[in-house]
Formats: sequence, C-alpha cells, structure tokens
Amino acid sequence: MQNETLLTLPASTTRPRSRNIFRAWLNKEGSAYAFLSLYGLLFIIFIVVPVLAAVLLSFTFFDTIQPPQFIGLRNYITLVTQDDTFMRYVLPNTIQFAVIVGPGGYALAFFLAWVLAQLPKFPRTIFALILYSPSMTAGVAMAVVWKTLFSGDQSGYLNSFLLSLRLIQEPIQWLQSPHHLMPIMIVVTLWSSMGIGFLAMLAGILEINPELYEAAALDGMKSRWQEIFFITIPSMKPQMLFGAVMAIVGTFQAGAIGVTLSGSNPTPRYAGQLIVNHIEDYGFLRYEMGYAAAVSVVLLLMVLFFTRVSNRLFGSEA
Amino acid sequence: MSKYAVSKRRSHRFNKMHNAGMNPRGFHVSQIKFYVLLLPLSALMLLPIIFIFSSAFKPLDELFAYPPRFFVINPTLKNFTDLFSRMSSSGVPVSRYLFNSVLITLATVAASIMVSSMAAYALSKKRFGLKRTLFAINNVALMFVPIAVTIPRFLVIERLNLLDTFWVHVLPVLALPVGLFLLKQFIDGVPDEVIEAARIDGAADWQIYWRIILPLIRPALATIAILTFQAAWNNADTSALYINHENLRTFAFYLTTLTTTTTGANAVAGQGIAAAAALIMFLPNLIIFIFLQSQVMSTMTHSGLR
Repeated sequence: MQNETLLTLPASTTRPRSRNIFRAWLNKEGSAYAFLSLYGLLFIIFIVVPVLAAVLLSFTFFDTIQPPQFIGLRNYITLVTQDDTFMRYVLPNTIQFAVIVGPGGYALAFFLAWVLAQLPKFPRTIFALILYSPSMTAGVAMAVVWKTLFSGDQSGYLNSFLLSLRLIQEPIQWLQSPHHLMPIMIVVTLWSSMGIGFLAMLAGILEINPELYEAAALDGMKSRWQEIFFITIPSMKPQMLFGAVMAIVGTFQAGAIGVTLSGSNPTPRYAGQLIVNHIEDYGFLRYEMGYAAAVSVVLLLMVLFFTRVSNRLFGSEA
Repeated sequence: MSKYAVSKRRSHRFNKMHNAGMNPRGFHVSQIKFYVLLLPLSALMLLPIIFIFSSAFKPLDELFAYPPRFFVINPTLKNFTDLFSRMSSSGVPVSRYLFNSVLITLATVAASIMVSSMAAYALSKKRFGLKRTLFAINNVALMFVPIAVTIPRFLVIERLNLLDTFWVHVLPVLALPVGLFLLKQFIDGVPDEVIEAARIDGAADWQIYWRIILPLIRPALATIAILTFQAAWNNADTSALYINHENLRTFAFYLTTLTTTTTGANAVAGQGIAAAAALIMFLPNLIIFIFLQSQVMSTMTHSGLR
C-alpha cells in the first residue's frame, strides 16, 4: 500500500531521472528480488557457474597445476575419435543402462501407481511406503547389503541359495564378473527407482475426476487399456512429465552404482563403466580436468535430449 | 484449495456407490488381482531392507554361519556397542561423525525450508518482470545432474575458500530446483484474495510470507524437509571430495570407509558393524517419511510439470 502511494508522488526535480526510475523499480519489484536473492545466489554459485565452467573448461587443456590452455574442440574430437574406452565400453554401457532403467523404471512406476490407485486408502498407503522405501536408502547404506547378498564366495546369500537349488555348480563372483555386473546394477537401480516421480504419478492418478471414467463407460469404452491411454494418461500429463524428468535425472545420477558395487574404478573390464565413472576417472584419478569437463558436457546434453523427448510426449504444447 | 476440497468430497460420494475403480473406499473382489501382484512384489522390495535389520542384530557366529541364514536367531546389540566404541583410523570417535551428520542435516533442512519457500513465494505471488523467465530457468534446472559437474563445483568451492568448512556441507544442497518447483506449485494453490486481504489490513511482505503463506503450505514444507533431509543425511560425497579434516566428516562417509575396508583382516568384525551403521543411516529416513507421508502425497498432487 505504502509503496504505491510513493509511486504516485511527482518526481522530484533535484535528482537525476534515471535514479527515480530505479527507485520506482525498486519499490515495485525490489521485494520480489529480495525474497529470491538467497536462493538465486546459491543457484548461481552451485548450478549456473559450475555448468558454465564445465562448458568453458571443455575447450581447454587443464591439469589443475597450470592455468587452463585453450585448445578448441580438441577434447571433443579426442572423445569421438581416440577414446577407445569411451566408444567401446562407456557409451554402449550408458545407453544400455539408461534405456532399461529410464523408460523401464518409469513404466514400472506408472504401472504400480496405477495399481495402487485402485486400492482403498489404508493398504495403498502401506504399499506405497514399501515401494518408496528403497529410494530412501542411500547408495552408501545399501552397498553393505548388496556386497553381502552378492558376495562371491559360497557363503554369499545368492550363491548359497543357488548352490542349494543345484542351479549352479560353484560360487560365482557376481560383482567382479564382467557378465553379471551390469544386470545387477540394473536390478539394484530399478529396485530403488520408485521415488518422488512415482509418488507424483500416484497423486496424479488419484486426482483425476472419477466422472471422466463414468462418462467414458457410458460412451462405450470397454477395455482397461483404452481407459489408461485415453483417460488416465492424458488427464495427468503434467505429472507424467514431472515423473519422466525425475526418472531421467535419477537414471544418470545413479551412474556411480557400478563403482560402489564392484569397489573399483574402472570397474572390472569396464563392464559397469558408465559416463559418470568416466568423468571421475579422468577428473579425479588422472587430473585431466578439461577432458573430464568435455565428458560432463556430453552427459548434460544427453539429459537435455531425453528431457526434450519426454517434453514431446507429455508437454502441454504437444 | 477450496476447489480441490470440493472435488475430493464429490469423488468420495461418487465412490460410495461402488468399491471398484479408482480410489475405492473399501474392499471389492476386483481388487484381489492387485493384491496377488503387489504382495510378492513388495516382499521382494522389502528383502534388502529386512536384511539390514536382520544383520545389524546378528551375533558374530550368525553373520558368518554357513550356510548363511537370512533371519537373525539370537539378536544382540553387540554390533552397535562395537560401532560406538570404535575409533576411525585417524582417531576420531564414531559419535563425532554422527554428531556432525545430525548437526549438518538439521542446519540444511532448516535453511532449505527458509531459502526455497522465500523464493517460491516471490515466484508465485509477487509481480515482477523476470518472473516467468526465472521460473522457466528453474524448470530447466530440474534436469540438472549434480554428479555431472563435480569437477567445476570443486573448483568453485575451492575459489570460495569453502573447502574444509562446515558450510560446504550445507550450501550446495540448498540450491534444490525440485524443492523450489514443488513449493511454488503449492503456493499457487493459495488464493490471491487471502493475500490481498492481508495487504489491505496493512501487512508487509515479510508478514504475509511469515504469517499467512508459511502456515498454509505446511504439507509442501514437510515434503521439502524430507527431500533435503535425504540429500543431507545420506551425503557421503561432500566429505570425500571437499573435506580433509576427519572431524568435519559425516556418518555417511564413515560408513563408506567401513564397506571398503571390510575385505581383509578386518572383515569378520567389520560386517556386523557396517550393518549396524547402515541401519542407523536408514532408520531416520523411514521414520520421518512415515510421519510425513500424507503431507507428501498432498504436495505431489501439485507436482504437475506443464
């Protein structure tokens, strides 16, 4: 109220005009920016600046001892043409992991949310809690569990179980074997992927006006599938998109799991090497920061690409 | 918000007629197939979590029994007493790590609620030129993957002289785009008339924020609290990357040192202790979520991304 009365006062002639315009702006919008300032500052320092720095560093050679030297696109060229590990292991692994865990986990989350929505409140809450709880467990805490369950000797739980069923003849080195590491990584990540996106989709399904289903039934909609694709999903597109973004971010963020499980970077014969581990390998083990930054930029572009795709599917413009 | 309540009531009246379909009120035969599917699945999902509980209370001989047994027979607290009588290799007692974790988590949760709700209030209810742009930027940042920029972040933190400080645990976690997004969407549900009325009564901006907005958005605040809690409590990376002083590191970090040193001579005692520590890591997450889950669900209703 007070602010507005100040604005209507005639501009004083003693002060320069631009200053008055600034004053007016400050009175009108200043408090909004004041409320935003803390978050904005942290956002710039810890998100914007690191992303820009990654982009800039990716055009340099930087070993943390000497100042960065500009080398143009050479890092990217090396990445595409000379980085054998990246092309042979890291990229295929990342794509395999991302395609199964991303859309797979997302579809699973939607399906489970859809099932849960058709239960009464009490059992729904209990099941939602059970399905959500793995996503609360930090990778750190779970490393203990997975290492014991998949332990390589005959006293490991999985080995002992399979031995007793006579499905295998001798214990398998699950986490050190190039064949088994990737499937285990996928299972473990899927297990913990019913996170915040899953809850959002559950809430979204529950919010849909039941009269829509009623009307569709009257119009002759028969099958459950029709109901899902023509009513449920279109009515909760915003939540579907939120869930998709969370699934994409979660998938790429989960990239450290291979190193956690196998206990070494690089993972045994690069079997579980994902793009995130490649960044760490070059950045913190070899101190080739410029090159690592180029790989980070590729990772961010991948996330951007997948988000674009889900925007096409569920965005309001679609 | 009132609209939301009405539609909710209507949907319940509608469902009273039958217990099949979405959001039913009671049991119906058609639900049996869902139970048949969900019961084994949730048992499978729960296995690793039951396993933490079970191993944390196992005495030594059961931890290394052959063939291994899933459930504990003679539960004991020895793993916990062992854990707390231990020192890390550099002489820092375990309770110190735990104390750091508690302090850091509390500070982060409190600060995060303040910082994001203030920004969300401005983005939702204030009028200013860059409003839409800034919200769009934050939406793009939803897909930010922190792990991708570990290295530039390290360089920034080094420049700011934040290495080896308490603040390096707290500050980076506060820039949480999902948190701001959820809060903003929730505040959108607060009717403008309420704020207008307060303004006419002469309330200043900070009073509106403090006395009106904050009490009305408690569910969303609870959700942000949970998200930040998980991010801070489970954070081992900060201690590994940005901290060199052992007595500034967190319990989550200590747990990683346990799991990497459980091979070798230490293995026998290590596993039980690690299981006990894993349980201590997991339990607070679970308890807090159980208490706040209804709040979280009502926040998620507003989570749509357009």
